[in-house]
Amino acid sequence: MIGGLFIYNHKGEVLISRVYRDDIGRNAVDAFRVNVIHARQQVRSPVTNIARTSFFHVKRSNIWLAAVTKQNVNAAMVFEFLYKMCDVMTAYFGKISEENIKNNFVLIYELLDEILDFGYPQNSETGALKTFITQQGIKSQHHTKEEQSQITSQVTGQIGWRREGIKYRRNELFLDVLESVNLLMSPQGQVLSAHVSGRVVMKSYLSGMPECKFGMNDKIVIDKQGKGGTTDDSGKSELGGSGKQSIAIDDCTFHQCVRLSKFDSERSISFIPPDGEYELMRYRTTKDIILPFRVIPLVREVGRTKLEVKVVIKSNFKPSLLAQKIEVRIPTPLNTSGVQVICMKGKAKYKASENAIVWKIKRMAGMKESQISAEIELLPTNDKKKWARPPISMNFEVPFAPSGLKVRYLKVFEPKLNYSDHDVIKWVRYIGRSGIYETRC
Amino acid sequence: MTDSKYFTTTKKGEIFELKAELNSDKKEKKKEAVKKVIASMTVGKDVSALFPDVVNCMQTDNLELKKLVYLYLMNYAKSQPDMAIMAVNTFVKDCEDLNPLIRALAVRTMGCIRVDKITEYLCEPLRKCLKDEDPYVRKTAAVCVAKLHDINAQLVEDQGFLDTLKDLISDSNPMVVANAVAALSEIAESHPNSNLLDLNPQTINKLLTALNECTEWGQIFILDCLASYLPRDDRESQSICERVTPRLSHANSAVVLSAVKVLMKFMEMLPKDLDYYGTLLKKLAPPLVTLLSAEPELQYVALRNINLIVQKRPEILKHEMKVFFVKYNDPIYVKLEKLDIMIRLASQANIAQVLAELKEYATEVDVDFVRKAVRAIGRCAIKVEQSAERCVSTLLDLIQTKVNYVVQEAIVVIKDIFRKYPNKYESVIATLCENLDSLDEPEARAAMIWIVGEYAERIDNADELLESFLEGFHDESTQVQLQLLTAIVKLFLKKPTETQELVQQVLSLATQDSDNPDLRDRGYIYWRLLSTDPVAAKEVVLAEKPLISEETDLIEPTLLEELICHIGTLASVYHKPPSAFVEGSRGVQHKRLPPRAGSGESTESPDVGQSGPSEAPPAVIPSQGDLLGDLLNLDLAPPTATVPSVQPSMQMGAMDLLGGGLDSLMGDESDTVIKLSERGTAMPASLGGAPAVGGGLGDLFDLGGGVGMPTGSYVAPKTVWLLAMKAKGLEISGTFARRGGIIQMDLSLTNKAMSVMTDFAIQFNRNSFGLAPAGPLQVLTPLSPNQTIDVSLPLSTSGPVMKMEPLNNLQVAVKNNIDVFYFSCQYPLSLLFVEDGKMDRQVFLATWKDIPNDNEAQFQIKDIHLNSDVASNKLQGSNIFTIAKRTVEGQDMLYQSVKLTNGIWVLAEMRIQTGNPNYTVNGNKET
Repeated sequence: MIGGLFIYNHKGEVLISRVYRDDIGRNAVDAFRVNVIHARQQVRSPVTNIARTSFFHVKRSNIWLAAVTKQNVNAAMVFEFLYKMCDVMTAYFGKISEENIKNNFVLIYELLDEILDFGYPQNSETGALKTFITQQGIKSQHHTKEEQSQITSQVTGQIGWRREGIKYRRNELFLDVLESVNLLMSPQGQVLSAHVSGRVVMKSYLSGMPECKFGMNDKIVIDKQGKGGTTDDSGKSELGGSGKQSIAIDDCTFHQCVRLSKFDSERSISFIPPDGEYELMRYRTTKDIILPFRVIPLVREVGRTKLEVKVVIKSNFKPSLLAQKIEVRIPTPLNTSGVQVICMKGKAKYKASENAIVWKIKRMAGMKESQISAEIELLPTNDKKKWARPPISMNFEVPFAPSGLKVRYLKVFEPKLNYSDHDVIKWVRYIGRSGIYETRC
Repeated sequence: MTDSKYFTTTKKGEIFELKAELNSDKKEKKKEAVKKVIASMTVGKDVSALFPDVVNCMQTDNLELKKLVYLYLMNYAKSQPDMAIMAVNTFVKDCEDLNPLIRALAVRTMGCIRVDKITEYLCEPLRKCLKDEDPYVRKTAAVCVAKLHDINAQLVEDQGFLDTLKDLISDSNPMVVANAVAALSEIAESHPNSNLLDLNPQTINKLLTALNECTEWGQIFILDCLASYLPRDDRESQSICERVTPRLSHANSAVVLSAVKVLMKFMEMLPKDLDYYGTLLKKLAPPLVTLLSAEPELQYVALRNINLIVQKRPEILKHEMKVFFVKYNDPIYVKLEKLDIMIRLASQANIAQVLAELKEYATEVDVDFVRKAVRAIGRCAIKVEQSAERCVSTLLDLIQTKVNYVVQEAIVVIKDIFRKYPNKYESVIATLCENLDSLDEPEARAAMIWIVGEYAERIDNADELLESFLEGFHDESTQVQLQLLTAIVKLFLKKPTETQELVQQVLSLATQDSDNPDLRDRGYIYWRLLSTDPVAAKEVVLAEKPLISEETDLIEPTLLEELICHIGTLASVYHKPPSAFVEGSRGVQHKRLPPRAGSGESTESPDVGQSGPSEAPPAVIPSQGDLLGDLLNLDLAPPTATVPSVQPSMQMGAMDLLGGGLDSLMGDESDTVIKLSERGTAMPASLGGAPAVGGGLGDLFDLGGGVGMPTGSYVAPKTVWLLAMKAKGLEISGTFARRGGIIQMDLSLTNKAMSVMTDFAIQFNRNSFGLAPAGPLQVLTPLSPNQTIDVSLPLSTSGPVMKMEPLNNLQVAVKNNIDVFYFSCQYPLSLLFVEDGKMDRQVFLATWKDIPNDNEAQFQIKDIHLNSDVASNKLQGSNIFTIAKRTVEGQDMLYQSVKLTNGIWVLAEMRIQTGNPNYTVNGNKET
């Protein structure tokens, strides 16, 4: 298991050092600094073995987190734990920075003591942790006996992510379907690979221990219902989705509150949600993706000192919808000496420090097209190596889900309290963003 | 309030000031002081001098302060053991606190203090906490047992904590179960042979129930533990798989990977024609692909594992090539791994896409990545024949870029392509020769030289080219020197007239001016060959080369199997067995996949699954030390220490001649295993140098056969004699049998290498009874990779004789087209008992008296539940003949005779007491 956990600043100074196992010596702290932080090359592997000691490291802004071990640990678990550790710290004190870590080092030690015991990760849900690690110098008498047992049963219990007795005057929930659409296209306009990775983020402000059921236009479910002939009335377009066509989901993963065995057998998504904001599910689709933009590049080398670039972008969605925050990034060679740009819409600028022409358009409706042309002057070089021509990349935001996913319903039952599904105010929003959206040129 | 100020003070006299503050009356000031101490500790300053002052702050009702003091204690208690005792009282008191959080804190912290005196005091509180009413305390106590075991294993066993821990597996709280499983798994790892985890269908069921309810981390502990279970049959295996598959949808990648591990392992037991098997294969692909959208570090772990999975079961991801395409912004470690997997998945169906991608990558910035991409193009050419032409032209395009490292890498792979498709692409040689001057890496230079030598007859100025390399001969690396030597000799054999001077020059450089023995030896061989028989030299040096195999970088199958059992762990990231990077006993245990279910076999017989594992050899990766040892003493001992023994080791030399083979003949499937030491005590010291006979008799009670039926001599199951690892992929297992008066050696030859094996031959060293092959080893067809062939070799006893140690030791040499391999094995002595060994009663009586006392031996055979008639029948099957029987005082006395192939007679008296499973044997030998 994990033998120790260190946090360093960018200079390699130790901010936090907690050793769990006897086989990890103090010299391990220095070994990592010398071999990884002070090494003058980029990280070639996130796992580094130095003198039979393995270091798992991640970097957040300029802070290094390193987990150390001498055993054959579960590597995936160690990284998951490091990410979780970052989440917990962020939930407690915001951004992970040297200043924040120094300001909260006592808290961090307390957290590390709680969520990692002898190197074994324990309950690390912030909802539960915040009930008893508060940093207000709590005294043991402050909790009544009932409160104490409530804390411990929550930390160890089946529903470790939610405490009992939550009350809201107004029961309300928000669902955000956030998708990032990824594309790699050849210069000829052939789709080399495209996929959507989406997340359903839920903000729940519900009283008691509500039992929820979530439904979407999952092809498998819709087909099954079609075949069986059973019409589920309550599920019909309750939340504004048209629900006509269904989508094929390649794979999905769920927050630990979702009953996986039930999903596996019936493909229904049922759960008791944590309080507040959390990520209900992640999914991935590759079929019938709506690609919101098409990029058509044309690069021409005019002699050895000049390049002509023309890029056309076309929007491919309903004309009534508006895409926002559009940005096209056209890479330029390292030996660029000057650039002239002409664009019909938006603003374009050559940014020498980034080796790119950045073209920004605030808004663009569907089924439109726009164009930019640029002349790039090059300095003559005798560098034998050809310019690598990185792909043209794009950023944007659209108010629909490129995968075609629609929320069909989210039903809430709380048998003990007197509110029903109809009393809950529900909101749904769809946002599609560009992930890595690249066209080779 | 900001705590960062504690990090700043560095002035002198600090310790003194802190001391004063720690002893202050004001609570706030005390706390501030302790914080400063912890901050100093973090940055590595020695604040151990403050030990008593800090410990004094422990008695407080402020939980935050208490935790800080505990943190200090964990760090310094070991250096101040005597003073640490001061803390014990508080701990013990806290373990009784009303607040479960405080009880747990105390027991958790106490376990972290590695001071003997404190651990003694820990036992009682720990016992209480393990049975605490609060699950939070129990789950903390469960881990504490593992901590205590790490400090003092004996104490944990003596105090019975292991049993309490086992009970916690049935706890009602899922987190307690998960922590108990984690603790037990860890403890079990340091006791490889203890049956500590004791997994049976009931406990498995409990674990599977807890799996649905516990935290994500707990699920990982449980899944990792499940992976070490061996289901009884394919049905149980399937039902576990069914209950594990839902975990594939978990948001935590580690849960997913651990579930994949369990499934990959248990799948091995499912018959391939089962519908569920196909379903499972399909279910595995999507979650593996989803792992690639995780954070880069996790992607790396996932990719390293996918690399293994693709080698083990290529069918799972064969349609998912696109997801492994490299993204421009991927970190370099992700890019390199993706590239590896792309090549593994390359096939005729997707090769066009793959090649287009690889070409794209070859223009990237990172040198390592570009090199690997170029190399990948070459590997595609070798793997997918239809693409070879396109690959070669792509490589030529890349050579035209003149980017130095691209050119070098391309030349190295083109050499391999020549080896795979001879006489097809030689037209490109001219282009290659143009780049001769830019090559500065040994591998590329060596490859180029090889090409020039191999195709010398087509290159007009081959002699000039090679000569140009010769100038700096001594500055070249060995690789280049060897290649240059061979290339010039090839050139000479092809164009002898113009190159005589050149060849003499290189031979003298290699033999006279070089200190490198490899180079010198090769030089001399060529020299002698050329001077004695140029025709033979031509045949040797210009011999047709075997084609290179398709995949050269696959992980060796036994290692792959072990790594599959370690999916998700560091071992799978390093692609090394744990023993290669873990110190101490933890890594030593080698894991193996369950035996493969034969698809044709009836799924009804549960025995198939059970008997399998003990017979197959364990995956032993020999360390360097082992190999050295083997080289020095020819590895006389069979691998009995690791093979679940059918043949015990031979430590007793000649005296144990027959005893040694005893167990093998006993052949009982149950546990009637006779231990060597027991037999040893039963043997009188007067035995002297005479080989003991009676011991062997016990072997012949073949309990496996039907009762009272003369079943013929017992044949032991085959054991592994030669490990694939030691014999370049050839594995030999075998046994001996006597059938119809003919001694036979039954061999199974398995090819675990990548290339075909042919030209088998066998020879024996001189041995005690002159055993020798009666004919050649009949392996008629070539042995292709992963194929096993069974051969029976008849033996004669007319070979040369030499006394061996132990007597029944046989040293064997097996040759194939690759190499000659040596191993030794032991044959059961009963092999040599001839059919006409029944002595006349009168002669028996006379001889028995004549044999001197010091030729007599006596011992016991234990735990045999047969009556005298059955025993006698069984022995007769092995040519041990009962001459007479009499019954004295409830004891059956059997008089028996045996004749060996070399004419030695052995007479025996066997005493069998009804109801007593122990036989007593008096053996006499007559030469």
